[in-house]
Amino acid sequence: MKRLLKNGRVVDPASATDATLDILIEDGRIAAIEESIEPGKSEVIELEGLTVCPGFIDMHVHFREPGQEWKESVATGAAAAASGGFTAVACMPNTVPVMDNRALVEFVQAQAREAGMSRVWPIGAVTKGQDGKELAEIGDMNAAGAVAFSDDGRPIRSSQMMRMALEYSKIFGVPIIDHCEDPDLVAGGVVHEGWVSSRLGFKGWPGVAEDVIVARNILLSDYTGGHVHIAHMSTAGSMRLVREAKARGSRVTCEVTPHHLVLDHEAVMEFDTYTKMNPPLRAAEDLDGLLEGLADGTVDAIATDHAPHHCDEKCVEFSRAPFGVVGLETAVSICLDRLVHRDIISLSRMVELFSTGPAGVLGMDKGKLAVGAEADITVLDLDREVTVDADDFESKSENSPFLKWKLRGGPVMTMVDGRIIHDRR
Amino acid sequence: MKLSSRHLLGIDGMTAEEIALILDTAEGFVQISEREIKKVPTLRGKTVVNFFVEPSTRTRSSFELAEKRLSADALNFSANTSSFSKGESLLDTAKNLEAMSPDFIIIRHSEPGSPHFLARHIDAAIVNAGDGAHEHPTQALLDAFTIRKHKGRLDGLRVAIVGDINHSRVVRSNVLLLTLMGADVVVSGPPTLLPREFDAMGCRMTWKVEEALEGADVVMALRVQHERMNAGYFPTTREYALQFGINSTRLKLAKDDAIVMHPGPMNRGVELSGDLADGNRSVILEQVANGVAVRMAVLYLLAGEPARETTA
Ligand SMILES: [Zn+2]
Repeated sequence: MKRLLKNGRVVDPASATDATLDILIEDGRIAAIEESIEPGKSEVIELEGLTVCPGFIDMHVHFREPGQEWKESVATGAAAAASGGFTAVACMPNTVPVMDNRALVEFVQAQAREAGMSRVWPIGAVTKGQDGKELAEIGDMNAAGAVAFSDDGRPIRSSQMMRMALEYSKIFGVPIIDHCEDPDLVAGGVVHEGWVSSRLGFKGWPGVAEDVIVARNILLSDYTGGHVHIAHMSTAGSMRLVREAKARGSRVTCEVTPHHLVLDHEAVMEFDTYTKMNPPLRAAEDLDGLLEGLADGTVDAIATDHAPHHCDEKCVEFSRAPFGVVGLETAVSICLDRLVHRDIISLSRMVELFSTGPAGVLGMDKGKLAVGAEADITVLDLDREVTVDADDFESKSENSPFLKWKLRGGPVMTMVDGRIIHDRR
Repeated sequence: MKLSSRHLLGIDGMTAEEIALILDTAEGFVQISEREIKKVPTLRGKTVVNFFVEPSTRTRSSFELAEKRLSADALNFSANTSSFSKGESLLDTAKNLEAMSPDFIIIRHSEPGSPHFLARHIDAAIVNAGDGAHEHPTQALLDAFTIRKHKGRLDGLRVAIVGDINHSRVVRSNVLLLTLMGADVVVSGPPTLLPREFDAMGCRMTWKVEEALEGADVVMALRVQHERMNAGYFPTTREYALQFGINSTRLKLAKDDAIVMHPGPMNRGVELSGDLADGNRSVILEQVANGVAVRMAVLYLLAGEPARETTA
C-alpha cells in the first residue's frame, strides 16, 4: 500500500532540508521525497500548513512494566508516546523485577509489539538488580535488543563499577547512561539546595552533587574509551564540564528534559508534588546554563524522563512523595512554545534534539527522512493552541507540572512504518 | 479588621497589619489570663482538634490552654495513639478528622508543607503548629509579642539569632516576621548549619557570632537538637558551646538592655549558659506565658465573628 504525504514543510536536520516536499511511502518505507509527486493510486494525506519531521525519539522513559502497572504499562506508555509525537522511546530498566536479563528485555519488546504503537527500545540494567555490585549480562541483553545500559533510578555509586561498565560496554559499542548523583551529598535531599529549600526548610539536593559525578564519569570515559551518556542533566556546572570534555574529544553525550529547561525551583513553593522530580528543578542560573548548551550544540538530546506515578502516591506530604513527572505528552508542545517560538533554538535544532541527536547517542541509523528508511514520521502543527489537560493523556498517570498550561504548537500525527498510530489533525 | 486568610499556615504571606492585629489582640487576652476566672465564651460550641503527628508537649499544652480559656471543645489526636502510626496516609487521617466536623485543626508535623496539604484537602481552618524545619508561626508571634512588650516596638531593632539555623522552623518564621516588621535580623551559627542563600529571606548571615551579637537589642539562642550533635555538623557539644554558646562574656557585645530569649526546650550550658537563662535579662518564661495569649488571639481572629455570648 502506498501513502503520499502532500505539501508538508519537511524539516530534516540530517539532510539539512527545510522545504515544502511530498513524501511517498511504500511498504512502510520512504520511497521518494520530491517536490511534487503524482498521487497515482496512493492514498493522499494532505499536510499543507503542517511540518513533517523524522520520527521523534525519546531516549529516557519509565514504563513501570513489569511490576508497577498501576502507574503505566508498556502499552499505555507506548500510546502516550504516540500521542506525544514520539515514534520510538527507550525505556529504563528500573522495573520490578529489574530488567537485567534477556527474558525481561524480550518481554518488554513483546508487550510493545502487541500494543502496536510507538517503538519501544529497552535499556538494560548495568548491574544485576541495579545493585551496583556485579555487571548484568550486557552482551546477551544487547543481542536481544537492548540499545543502551543504565542503572537509572539510582546512580552508579562505585567509581570502580563505572569503570568496569565503561570498559566492558566497548565490546558492544553501547552507551552507559548514568543518573549522576552523589548519594552522600544528596542524602535525603528533596528539592534543589538554594534559597527555596532554605526558605521552605527542605533538605537540599545540591547541584554540585551532580557535577562531581559528571566530572568523575568524564574522567573515567577518557581513561577507558567507553561511551558515557549523562541522563537528565540539570546544572550549569555539568553543562560546562560536558562542553569542555566534548571540545577535548571525550566520548560523552548528554540529554536534558523539558521540565529542567522551563521550570526553576521556585515552582515547588506551593508544595505541589507534581513539581518534585530527581534531579530537582534547579536555580535560574542553571536554566540559563542548560539553554546555552542547548543552543551551542553541547546537548545531544531532549528526553522526557517520563516517570508516571499514581495520583494517590503523589497525594502525600511533599517530602514523602515519589520523585518523577510524566512528560511524553507535553514535551513537544513545551519545546515548540518555550524554545522555538521564543527564538532560543531553531525549529531544525529542536527536531535534531528529538531525532538524529538521540539516534546518534544510541548509535542507531534512525531519526532521518531518507529514501529507503523506515517511514517513522512526526507531523507538527506549529501554531496549534494546546491546553494541557490530564483527561487527554493516554498515559495512566497525570503527574505533570504543566497541567492547565496553554501552549502554542504540538504534534498532530505520528507514523511508524508508514502506519498512522496517532492522528489529531 | 480581619485576617485575610482563614488559615494560619505561616508568617509567609501575612501583612504587617495582620501581624500587628494579632499582637494587639493578644494584649487583651493577657488580661484574661491574669483574671481569677481565666475563661471567656468566645469559642463556645467550636471544636478544635490538636493533631500532633510529631510530639511536642509544650506547644500542645499551650494550644490546649488557649482553647480551654476560649471555651472551645478540644480533642487531642496524636500520632502514637492513632491509626496514623499504622501507615494510614495523612490524607486518609485528615478525612477522618474532617468527619468529626472540627472548626479548627492545629497541626504539628515533621514535614514542611503538611498544613498546606491539609488546607487544600479539608474544610476546617488549619493552624500550623510547626511543620518540619519550615515554619512555626505562633512561636514567632509570641516571640514578637514578648519583644514588643520589652522594647515597645519591633521596627529598627537589632535581633541576633544564634544556633542551628538549618533545622529550625522557629528561625524561619521569626526572620520572616521580624524583617517584615522592620527589624534588622542577623542569624549566626556554624557554616555547616547555615542554610544556603538563607539571606535571601531578608536577614544577614554570619558564622562570626561576635559580629552577630554586636549592638543587639534582642539575643535569641536556638536549641541544638540532639540528633545533630552526632551528625557531623560540629565536632562536639563542648566545642559548640565554646564557639557559639551565648554566655555573659559574649552578651557584653550586645546592648546593655538586650533581652535574652530561647524558644525551648533548652540545652543548658550548650547554646545558652545557665546564668543567662536564669538571669534578669532572660525573658524565657515570659515567652511561655505569652504563648497562650497569642494563641488565643490567633484562634479568636481566625474564628472571625466571635460566638455570641448567650446565657445558657
Ligand atoms: Zn534518573
